[in-house]
Amino acid sequence: MTAPVNGERAGNGTPLLEVRDMAVYHGQLQALDAISLQVFPGEVYAIIGANGAGKSTLLRTIAGLHQPATGSVLLDGKDVTQLRPELRARQGIVLVPEGRRLFESLSVRENLQVGATYGRQGPWTIERVYKMFDWMGDRSNQRTSQLSGGEQQAVAIGRALVANPRVLLLDELSLGLAPLVVQRIYGMLPQILATGMTVLLVEQDVSQALRVASHIQCLLEGRTTLEGRPADVTAEQVEAAYFGLAGVAPAGQPAEGSDSSWPG
Amino acid sequence: MAWVNAIIQGVLTGGLYALFACGLSLMFGVMKVVNLAHGDLAVVAGYIAIGIIAATHVPVLWSFLIVVPVMAVLGYALQRTLIQSALDRGVLTTLIVTLGLSLVIENGLLQFFTANTRGIGVGLSLVQDSFSIGSQIQVAWLLVVFFAVAVAVLLGLQYFLSRSTYGRLIRAVADDKEAAQLAGADYRHVFGIAAAVALATVALGGIAYGMYSDLDPTAGTDTILLFAFAAVVIGGLGSLWGTLIGGIVLGVAQQIGAQINISDELLAGFIVFLAVLVLRPEGLTARRAQT
Repeated sequence: MTAPVNGERAGNGTPLLEVRDMAVYHGQLQALDAISLQVFPGEVYAIIGANGAGKSTLLRTIAGLHQPATGSVLLDGKDVTQLRPELRARQGIVLVPEGRRLFESLSVRENLQVGATYGRQGPWTIERVYKMFDWMGDRSNQRTSQLSGGEQQAVAIGRALVANPRVLLLDELSLGLAPLVVQRIYGMLPQILATGMTVLLVEQDVSQALRVASHIQCLLEGRTTLEGRPADVTAEQVEAAYFGLAGVAPAGQPAEGSDSSWPG
Repeated sequence: MAWVNAIIQGVLTGGLYALFACGLSLMFGVMKVVNLAHGDLAVVAGYIAIGIIAATHVPVLWSFLIVVPVMAVLGYALQRTLIQSALDRGVLTTLIVTLGLSLVIENGLLQFFTANTRGIGVGLSLVQDSFSIGSQIQVAWLLVVFFAVAVAVLLGLQYFLSRSTYGRLIRAVADDKEAAQLAGADYRHVFGIAAAVALATVALGGIAYGMYSDLDPTAGTDTILLFAFAAVVIGGLGSLWGTLIGGIVLGVAQQIGAQINISDELLAGFIVFLAVLVLRPEGLTARRAQT
């Protein structure tokens, strides 16, 4: 489960998830251009980038919610580009969408039950999710609208986990949550990885992403500007890739190189 | 006493209206489809029942055992083909497509079965008879049976939606079909199941109407769809038990109207319908959607 260094990654055999030369349009607007990535088993692969860089579009396209204009998505070497989202989910590409998107008129337990309905066999069960989030079992009959944002995010993660995905896609877990809550949710990541799961996440909070990721890729206006292991890239490189110009930040954005100034 | 009688008759008729309405409400609640062919499909179910009874001599009351599954399959097929392809083009398109379906069914029935009215003769004294409360109130067993069937159907629907796997998926898809897809659920299939359930209730409504009154090709839009609409709107859009409340309010209003003047029966029902639409457009049961 340790992160292999950049050169070794390719030697690990087939990537579990691969995106090849993908372009996606929202109408006339090009959201992604020539995006490629390879996620190997057991990795935590983080996509970082500013608002509107195309991070969410990338995850949604991998999950099948957008059709790419060109390029392909491969799961374990098999092309899944033509599969509808529900079939990709059943094969093990499961997305925790931005904004959580829980079923509001369903209880916590029912949300998890829906997640497990078409899931694969594996270590994750509703009981196991209750064990990881110890408050959840007691409140399983509550409507999800009665939960706090952090609790809703936990249910959204649980709903994805009970499907026993091969690769778990996490879209902006930190969005709208207090820093402490974000810390606690990211603190669950080792437990999830310990069950052999692979994670591809999108995060606007760069320092958070650098802390948890074994591999990062930075997007800017739909293109890849940086890729590598967190240990191998400098703060200046990340900053340049994030904003587009080294040391020159757009108005209103901090330009110092220290970790504390990362947006998010 | 006459007024009490009107209210009792109205409440019982409300059961029949709830049978008309619950399928319409379910389809609207789940896929936001206003099925304008709803009433015509009920008439089709009634005609199928008449045909089956004539051809196989099954006991009239048991004809539903055949008609309900047939309509359920038809519902699934319609949803997966015509209605889904309309939905893919936008919710408004479903109005045009189901209106077209309604016209095709009505004129098809006129073409092949003429405009003659047909009834489903029950022939069972238990159901045909009535009993009296006091000296002035006569209650038809048939209406009591319809009311009981309506309550049983609503209880069954509630149990199905809240307890079964497909019921859960139907509620999930109604909430957020994209999130349901991410959980591996094919919302088109789930829509099909919901339509099958809706048309199963339509089948009961059509058979009941054929026993209560006479069926003719235009009864679908003239009566069944109109009353179903009124019951759904009065009770509250997308609410299951609201259809029974709406049906009862409609039924009572009609009977009281008839009590004032026999020609005011329909008028009174629609005045209440309009009043609810103006004063409480979310319906009497407000937001308490299907559980």
